[in-house]
Amino acid sequence: MSETNSIDKTCVVIGASHGGVNFAFALRKEGWEGKIILLDKDPVLPYHRPPLSKAYLTSEDAIDKNLLKSAESYEKQAITLQLGVTVKSINRTENSIALTDETVITYDKLVLATGARAIIPPIKGIDQAKNLFPLRTAGDVENIRKALQTSTTKNVVVIGGGYIGLETAASLKKLGANVTVLEREERILARVTAPIMSDFFQELHAKNGVDVLTHKNVVSICPDSNTVSCSDGSTYEADLIIVGVGIYVNLELAKEAAIVIENGIKVDETAKTSDANIYAIGDCTFHFNPHYDRFIRLESVQNAVDQAKIAAATICGKAPVYNSIPWFWSDQYDIKLQMVGLSTGYNKVLLRKEEGDLQKFSIWYFKDEELLAVDAINNAKAYVLGTKFIKERKLVDPLKLTDPTIPFKPLNLVKDS
Amino acid sequence: MAKITFITSDKESITLEGTSGSVMQLAVDNGISGIDGDCGGVCSCATCHVHVAPEHVSKTGEASEIETDMLELDENVSEYSRLCCQLEISEELDGVVLHVAQ
Ligand SMILES: Cc1cc2nc3c(=O)[nH]c(=O)nc-3n(C[C@H](O)[C@H](O)[C@H](O)COP(=O)(O)OP(=O)(O)OC[C@H]3O[C@@H](n4cnc5c(N)ncnc54)[C@H](O)[C@@H]3O)c2cc1C
Ligand code: FES
Repeated sequence: MSETNSIDKTCVVIGASHGGVNFAFALRKEGWEGKIILLDKDPVLPYHRPPLSKAYLTSEDAIDKNLLKSAESYEKQAITLQLGVTVKSINRTENSIALTDETVITYDKLVLATGARAIIPPIKGIDQAKNLFPLRTAGDVENIRKALQTSTTKNVVVIGGGYIGLETAASLKKLGANVTVLEREERILARVTAPIMSDFFQELHAKNGVDVLTHKNVVSICPDSNTVSCSDGSTYEADLIIVGVGIYVNLELAKEAAIVIENGIKVDETAKTSDANIYAIGDCTFHFNPHYDRFIRLESVQNAVDQAKIAAATICGKAPVYNSIPWFWSDQYDIKLQMVGLSTGYNKVLLRKEEGDLQKFSIWYFKDEELLAVDAINNAKAYVLGTKFIKERKLVDPLKLTDPTIPFKPLNLVKDS
Repeated sequence: MAKITFITSDKESITLEGTSGSVMQLAVDNGISGIDGDCGGVCSCATCHVHVAPEHVSKTGEASEIETDMLELDENVSEYSRLCCQLEISEELDGVVLHVAQ
């Protein structure tokens, strides 16, 4: 089908967040002349998610200071944005979707940008717990802010020591709360970083007066006292409980429509699913990463935005191919962490310190000689250099890399070959 | 209030008025082509790169260390490069001309 004649066609997008919104605007930019209908069950004008646990949580800003696009932008680009509507099912034979209010919308192209939702683990008493919130939506932030304001003790327990849990802990501390983080594993960020980074963040939180406790497997929450109990018998009183133990991918719609699923909605390098008229982008996808030569699932803005652009270009008849190096960031207290690459499978870690600044360093993950990933602490130089080396598959000289007297310049650090 | 002019890579010139917030947000709200602001304004994505017109550097001031570092290996970096999420709108910016980077 030549997409230059898209004028009578309709593209429906389910999910209006980083993936769906960027897709809709990219589709217009690529020349789609037909209708674009962008749907989300969240009633709020689409917003940036990363600040929810960071600067936005500590600010007094309303969500309109944190929007992905202004309301007028959708109008200007003739994107029909429908908020507060939930898609119930996809009918692939009829090329249509149905909303929970039974409205049926037909599509020529459908894009699933359904993302993910927070896991609420099956802990005894969790359903009756008071002031228990995940952190995924603007509504969650509003609830957390309100509950903290009215709390007299300001005792907060955060279940889960991943990025979202730790960022939320740092932000709530800044708002004057007494925060305890309970992590089940032997170290925080265990799935995503080397032990040296876990130690750094553990200390950072301790220095800022947040207790980060590991080996804490939460087993129950007492409905009367809101006390959180762990398997080792320890208990923590909480006025607020934040749950940050990970996400479930929103793949029910795709699954019920018998679209191929494998640890997410499976897509090819053009973001197409097993149905030629249906694409999927962002957190909900299980996609191929050519650089690392394997299928992966990512929870990141980078991936949502990059896949959005790829899907838009493909639908408009171009032939782009997804080939991104993943990147991610986290802000806690005065620390900025920037990460690039995928460290999974590393067998060597090198630490590069910088002269005269203990709060500035970088961790370089290798598999044998190959640089896989870099975690940079307050060190954008290391981050951009790492990005370049990973992309170009440069061999890095370990002695030069770890010598802080050698300036961070590409030519200084690559191996003579 | 400040009048800010963006010149996009297609040489389109757009002048906007802003009172507060960052220049990136103003640009995104008004759909300035080439300014995406993917990270929401925390110096993590470099999708808000502009070149300040040389005669207007006194209005914007110099780039901070993190901006320079983020852009160091960018093909289109110049001595006038800024990440415009780091430019707060104020009277001082009035009349500034920003060329959106490629
Ligand atoms: C607190 C927090 C901090 C984060 N920090 C960072 C960070 O620092 N850096 C980074 O890169 N990433 C970060 N992330 C991850 C990032 O926000 C996600 O990767 C990104 O939002 C993914 O975008 P998406 O569009 O794929 O999915 P989502 O943002 O999950 O959006 C999916 C949308 O689909 C809607 N939807 C789902 N099903 C239906 C349905 N049936 N009907 C209607 N609507 C539906 C949902 O309401 C939702 O709005 C963070 C996430 C959170 C929650
Ligand atoms: S908006 Fe991301 S660096 Fe400016």
